[in-house]
Amino acid sequence: MTTVIDSQKQAQTANDELVIQFDGIINPIEIFRIAWEGVVRNKVRSFLTMLGVIIGVAAVIVMISISAGTEAQIAAQIQGLGSNLVFIQGSFGRGGQGGGNQPSLIYDDTAVIADINGVVGTAVEQATSQTVQANGQTLTEVSILGTTDDFPSVRQVEVANGRFFNATELEREAKVAVLGSAIATELFGEDDPIGQTLIIGTTQLTVIGVAAEKGVVGNTDFDSQIYTTITLLFDKFVPTRFRQLVGNNVRLIYAQIDEGSDMDGVIQQIELKLASTKDLAVEELPFVIQTQQDIIDTQGATTEAFRNLLAWVAGVSLLVGGIGIMNIMLVSVTERTREIGIRQSVGATPTDIRLQFLMEAFLLSVTGGIIGIILGVIGAILFGNNADTPTVIVPSSILLAFGSAAAVGIFFGFFPANQAAQLDPIDALRHE
Amino acid sequence: MSNQAIIQTTDLTKIYQMGPTTVKALDGVDIEIKQGEFVAVMGPSGSGKSTFMNIIGCLDRPTSGGYLLDNENVGELNKVQLAEIRNRQIGFIFQSFNLLPRTSALQNVVLPLVYKRKEQLTPTQRTEKAMHALESVGLADRADHVPNELSGGQRQRVAIARALVNDPVLIMADEPTGNLDSQTSLEIMTLLHNLHDRGRTLVMVTHEPEIADETERIITLRDGKLVQNS
Repeated sequence: MTTVIDSQKQAQTANDELVIQFDGIINPIEIFRIAWEGVVRNKVRSFLTMLGVIIGVAAVIVMISISAGTEAQIAAQIQGLGSNLVFIQGSFGRGGQGGGNQPSLIYDDTAVIADINGVVGTAVEQATSQTVQANGQTLTEVSILGTTDDFPSVRQVEVANGRFFNATELEREAKVAVLGSAIATELFGEDDPIGQTLIIGTTQLTVIGVAAEKGVVGNTDFDSQIYTTITLLFDKFVPTRFRQLVGNNVRLIYAQIDEGSDMDGVIQQIELKLASTKDLAVEELPFVIQTQQDIIDTQGATTEAFRNLLAWVAGVSLLVGGIGIMNIMLVSVTERTREIGIRQSVGATPTDIRLQFLMEAFLLSVTGGIIGIILGVIGAILFGNNADTPTVIVPSSILLAFGSAAAVGIFFGFFPANQAAQLDPIDALRHE
Repeated sequence: MSNQAIIQTTDLTKIYQMGPTTVKALDGVDIEIKQGEFVAVMGPSGSGKSTFMNIIGCLDRPTSGGYLLDNENVGELNKVQLAEIRNRQIGFIFQSFNLLPRTSALQNVVLPLVYKRKEQLTPTQRTEKAMHALESVGLADRADHVPNELSGGQRQRVAIARALVNDPVLIMADEPTGNLDSQTSLEIMTLLHNLHDRGRTLVMVTHEPEIADETERIITLRDGKLVQNS
C-alpha cells in the first residue's frame, strides 16, 4: 500500500507499507527524530539547560498544591463548624466608632434570632479555662465551654452517652456538665461518668452526658472540652469585674437555618429584628452577618492573592528557564554551524533547519516540563506528608505548567532557530 | 547518451561587493560538461575556482548569466529550490569529509534521503539504499562506526557513498584527496574513476596536476575567466 502521489516510481516503493507525501517539508517525524538526537547527543548539557524549566515547573506545582491545600483546609474547618450556619458577630462592646455607646450583641439577642421563621437553632459560646476535680484527680486549665441547648445540632456535636442539657436547665443555670470524649476517659477511665460529680473552680456539677468523638476542628479540640450552660458560666466563671465591663455580651451567635429556607431572606429578617430590638436602622447595625460561604469566599480571596503572587514567581522562573534555553540554543547553533552546512549541502531547506532547532528547543523545555511535573508532584506529596499544611495537587496546575513550558520552548527557540536557518551554506560548510 | 550536456553555462558572472570595491569572482564563463565526463577544475587561489564550484554545486547563485543543470534552468532558483536541486541532482565530496560527528556511517549516508521531498522513502528503504551505497564503496562492514572510529580514507569513502545514495546527475568533489596520504589518495581516486567508468559525471576541484592529469578534461580558471578548456 502506497500513497505516493507521483506515479512514476510507484513500482520502486510498491513493497512498502505507507509513504506519506509532504509537499515542501520533510516528514515531521523526521524533524522530531533529528531534534531528539540533538537533545540526547549532549545529555549533561541538555539536562543543565532544562534545569531552569524543571525548577520552574516543579515550583509551580508545589506552590499551587500548597495554596490549594491551605484553601481546602480552611474550607473544611469552616464547614466543620456546622451546616447551614449564619454567623452574627458583634462589636463586643469595645466602644467601636460610636465611642462607648455602640449597641452590642448580647446573650438575649439569641432568643430574638431563635424566634425568626427559618431559624431552626441558635448557639452561643463563651469559653473559660478552669481547674477541674473529679474522681480523685485534678486537671488544670481545662477548657469550659458555656453554651445553649441547641449546641449539639448547630455545631454538629453528638451526645454518645446520656444527654445534653435542655432549655429549662439553661434558663435555671443548672449545674450540669457534658464531657468531651477524651476528658471523660481521662477523668473516669472505663467507669460510666453519668451521674458523677465534678468540681469546676469551686462549683460542683453533675455529669449528664458524654459527647461523641469529634476531634480537632479549626483550633478547637472538641474532645477535651467540658460543656455547661452559658447562663451558669456567666454567673460563676466570668470574673465579676469583667462582667461589669461587658455584661452578658457575646462575640458570636450561631444561627442554624432550615435547609429549605431562603438564606438571604432569613439574614434580612435577622437584620430587621436585631435593628428593631436595638432601635436602629438596619444600616446602623454594628454587626457582621455572614454565611459559611461568605467566610470561605473571604479566605479564598486571600489565598487567591497569594496564589497570584506564586504564579508570578513561577512565571519569572520559567522566563529565566526560557532564557537559559535560548542561550544554550544560540551556543549550539554556533557550535553546530558545520552540521547545519552539511545538512544544507545534502538538501535541507532553511525551513528544515529552522524546524529542527525549534523542535530541539521545544523538546528541551517539554522534557524539562515533564521532569518538573514529576518532581513537583513528588515534592507536593512529600511536603503534604511532612508539613502541617496539607497539599492538594491541582490537575489544571499540571496542564498550566506543561503548557507554559512548551510555550517557553517555542518562544525562546524561535530566535536561535532563525539564526540557524539564515546561515549561508557556503559559510556554514567553511566554519571551523 | 554520453553526448547529452549536464552542465551548460552562458556568460556566468559573479560579482562580490567588498565595501566600495566590486570584485568579479567569475567573469563571463561559458562552459559545457557532458554526461559521463570526468572534469578537473584547476586554478590558483583567487581564480574564481571556489565560486565556480559553489555555483555549479547550487550552493550559490550567479549575479548574472545562465546555468542549465540537466536541462533545468537553476540560475534563478531561490534558496528552497536550490536545496531541492542539491538534494536530487548533486552529490558533494569535500576535502574535510564533512560527515556528521557522533553519527554512524550508515546514518551519514542516509542523510540525503531524509531530506528527499519527492517520492519519500520509508526508513527501511532508506537504510537499504544507504547500505547499498556503503557496499559500493566497500564499507558495508563499517556501517555502525562513527567517523571518529574510521580512518581518513574510510571517512572519504563514507562521504562518497553519501554523494551517491540519491543517484545524482552530478558529483562535485572539492579537493577530495587534499587531506589524505598518497596511498589513500590513490584508493579514493580509483574509486572516483570506477564511478566515472560506470557512467557518472564528476567535476573535481584540485590543485595537484598529477591528480588532474588522471581526468579526461581539465578546466583552468584565472581571474574569474576560463583560460584553458581542454
